Amino acid sequence: MTDQAEPTTWVGRSLPRFEDPAILRGWGTYVADIAAHDHGCLYAVFVRSPLASGVLREVSAPAHVRMITAADLAEVHPIAPALTRPDYVTVETPILAHDVVRFVGEPVALVLGDTPAEAEDAAELVSVEIDPLPPVLDASAAVLPDSPLVHPADFPGDPNTVVDGRITTGGYDEVSRGAAHTVEIEVSCSRQSAMPMEARASHAAYDRGSGRVTLSTTTQMPHVVRTGIADCLGIPEDDLRVIAPDVGGGFGAKMALAREDVALVHTARRLRRNLAWVETREENFLASWHSREQRYRVTGSFTEAGELVALGADIVADVGAYSCYPVTYGVEPLMAMAELPGPYRVAEYAVRARAVLSNKCPIAPYRGVSRPVQTLAMERLMDVAALQLGIDRLELRELNLVRDYPHRGPSGLIIDESSHLEALARAAELMDVEEFRERQRAALAQGRYLGQGFSCFAERTGYGTPAFAARSMVITPGYEQVQLAFDPSGGLVLRIGASPHGQGLRTSLAQVVADELGVDPGVVRVVHSDTDQTPYGWGSFGSRAMVIAGGATRRAGADLRDKVTRIAADMMECDPADVELAEGRATVRGTDRSVSIPDITRRAFHSSHLLAEDDVPGLDTTAFYNPGGTFSNAVHAAEVEVEASSGHVRITRFLVVEDAGVLVNPQIVEGQVRGGIAQGIANALYEELIYDDAGNLVTTSLMDFLPPTMQEVPQIEIHHLHSHSDQTITGAKGVGEGGTIGAPGAVLNAVSDALSPLGVGFTHMPVTPAMVRTAIRSATETTHSSTTSGGTR
Amino acid sequence: MNQVPLRLYVNGERHDVTVEPRKTLADVLREDCGLTGTHLGCEHGVCGACTILADGQPIRACLMFAVQAEGMSLRTVEGLAPDDEELHPVQRAFWKHHGLQCGFCTPGFLMLAAGTLEEDPDRSDEELVDILSSNLCRCTGYQNILTATKAAAAEMRE
Repeated sequence: MTDQAEPTTWVGRSLPRFEDPAILRGWGTYVADIAAHDHGCLYAVFVRSPLASGVLREVSAPAHVRMITAADLAEVHPIAPALTRPDYVTVETPILAHDVVRFVGEPVALVLGDTPAEAEDAAELVSVEIDPLPPVLDASAAVLPDSPLVHPADFPGDPNTVVDGRITTGGYDEVSRGAAHTVEIEVSCSRQSAMPMEARASHAAYDRGSGRVTLSTTTQMPHVVRTGIADCLGIPEDDLRVIAPDVGGGFGAKMALAREDVALVHTARRLRRNLAWVETREENFLASWHSREQRYRVTGSFTEAGELVALGADIVADVGAYSCYPVTYGVEPLMAMAELPGPYRVAEYAVRARAVLSNKCPIAPYRGVSRPVQTLAMERLMDVAALQLGIDRLELRELNLVRDYPHRGPSGLIIDESSHLEALARAAELMDVEEFRERQRAALAQGRYLGQGFSCFAERTGYGTPAFAARSMVITPGYEQVQLAFDPSGGLVLRIGASPHGQGLRTSLAQVVADELGVDPGVVRVVHSDTDQTPYGWGSFGSRAMVIAGGATRRAGADLRDKVTRIAADMMECDPADVELAEGRATVRGTDRSVSIPDITRRAFHSSHLLAEDDVPGLDTTAFYNPGGTFSNAVHAAEVEVEASSGHVRITRFLVVEDAGVLVNPQIVEGQVRGGIAQGIANALYEELIYDDAGNLVTTSLMDFLPPTMQEVPQIEIHHLHSHSDQTITGAKGVGEGGTIGAPGAVLNAVSDALSPLGVGFTHMPVTPAMVRTAIRSATETTHSSTTSGGTR
Repeated sequence: MNQVPLRLYVNGERHDVTVEPRKTLADVLREDCGLTGTHLGCEHGVCGACTILADGQPIRACLMFAVQAEGMSLRTVEGLAPDDEELHPVQRAFWKHHGLQCGFCTPGFLMLAAGTLEEDPDRSDEELVDILSSNLCRCTGYQNILTATKAAAAEMRE
């Protein structure tokens, strides 16, 4: 439900999406569809390492097998993303493994066939000889002096440690030592997969005439992929065109350069042939990107009254065997380091955040990146502290939430106008805590375990280059550009550097343009995800597109409105200040004198000799936006019932009070929130990637890795608040990741609340039924149990 | 690998193709019939993105060999709408209620919902949740898919 009245502007309306009719008819074009229609292309299959670590002795195949190995890629540069931090260790990712293999699923050869089946058959004939080495599979052992090394790098600190960030504020030691209460918990998360419904796929089309390759690929950042591939191949970027056609979900897992794509483009150029690669689901689990295998030791120092005066944290992320391009394997620990305090006012902060290598699939961002785990850590800390200090858990939050804006946190982040206290108060009221406690008591008397949990967070969104520069990224993402142009007939085209893949930007950006130019959004065609047709931009990720591309679009619209108004005033011989644009016409205010948009555009293009002297022919503009960033905020609340006999957790109610500022298209916003929460619930209760002791991934199908179905995801109640931030041109704050960020904390707090009569609390996600059963069993078998240590797994 | 001639009826049209007996129905629809609206999300029968109707029943096109579909009346997402102007009630409801985001799972959900409701539009919410839990979606959180399916059911009951 939206709390906004039906607006008079296009912005604010739940317009049905322009994207949908084609998709609904099966007329969408996903990459695998391009491959299916190209009967002349060769099909590629990657042969992958069956071992986690070893020396690659030989890759061989019968003579008739068309195989590419590392030897064929001798002149191709490895992928080596970098941060200019002294603690950052750069490692190189070869396009195909040579000499050494570092995780199960690492590509060692590319095999071609005239059909997908022929390529698969040929790949079966490839023999890979590897001398096994002991794999590095545990981050705590990996940093010890005698650990084997994943890469033979020169580590400035502990072995296998590739990022080691620290912040300690001046008064931390004194304040934390003198605090009345110290609450310590350890929070952790299993490896997870973003698991978009569409696995990766690429189609490289070679044009004999120009020598150019058009790579259609499943990416969230086509321009960055082009830069990455061109740099690896040592070719001008213009030799390559990258298109992301319809993309079947990304959630971060499609914002990293794939070594498979580099191999494909290189081979297409060498063979002068079209090539296609369509990843299987098993490959997607093995060798697309993982995320979130993290451990947090968190220490909260509280005053007698419950004020959080100091926060300490030791954060370790197991980042796998290589660094993802462009954001690097620093993305998880460095985000956690900067953002752990979240929505809470804490003056003193000491944090160490490390990225540690392992012989596992590399990590990349996944919706929320570190924030689902960070938020889980802070929200479990609040509930555990509330119990330990004997303070109501919501009062403890209220006491510590940021209340004055802008608020500068201990890591230097500035939270702009938000609504933390209002959101918490509203959520508490709507969840009716007292009424719930009565139901909980009554249920417990019948042997049923009900729980209620809350989670507060601040979601940093829409941040430009300053935020990425603070991470010392050699390739520093951030800004977005758009080009907005009329054609002579009055049609409008908006070309954007952002790259939507389900977020409905073609609709919501058209709404922004429509308001600026007084036209129907249906006449605005939004062109995206094609490096030949759009200005350089960073793509869609990090809850950024509506804020940044949206802000640039608003600017472009305003600029074009000025030009249109000037020409119209000229045509109607009036003052430009008296011209208003509405319903596709320019009208002299208060009169019936008007000209249509096509009248104006015809003049701009076809009668340019009539334009004012300083006006150039045509009607177009380019605009740019590079904001510092804005924070959305929300409170999530969950009610659960835990079945003690099976360990099954059922979510019986889920409520969100969220503040994303101005909602350009409320239905799309709510879709983002609901989808995000479904992934957050999945992370909290179901999904984990499991490696065995030899480094084999054992969860390689959808029968092992368990995304929730409609049965598991509850109805979600959404309530909106609307802060007015001056940090975003459109007033919109990002909303793509919040659902996933807040849900695990609410769910784990609710499960822990349900089982608090047994003295059981949870700080590891996912909380699987087996884990619940183990905790209940050990709690009921021992008389000495404690919820306040919090380290239960 | 030997190839066999095969006659398929899809969306009321005849397709005479020559395929390997080991080729799945989904691959033949996509590669040999050119009907790429049917998507492949897992190829092991869990995600349901490849759901089509075979003699009116929702089936996983990735779990069937094309040669097994000989003689059946097949319907894919391309055959759901009556024509290029009008949409099927299920398509219309998914559009109105924002039942899709990236759209990759959408053809499977549409065929599952259409097949179910065409057989019997008078289903309880519990039955619909049970049936729609056959397929996976990663974007929407399912709520709007259920809302859309219920709205389509109401329209189809009229």
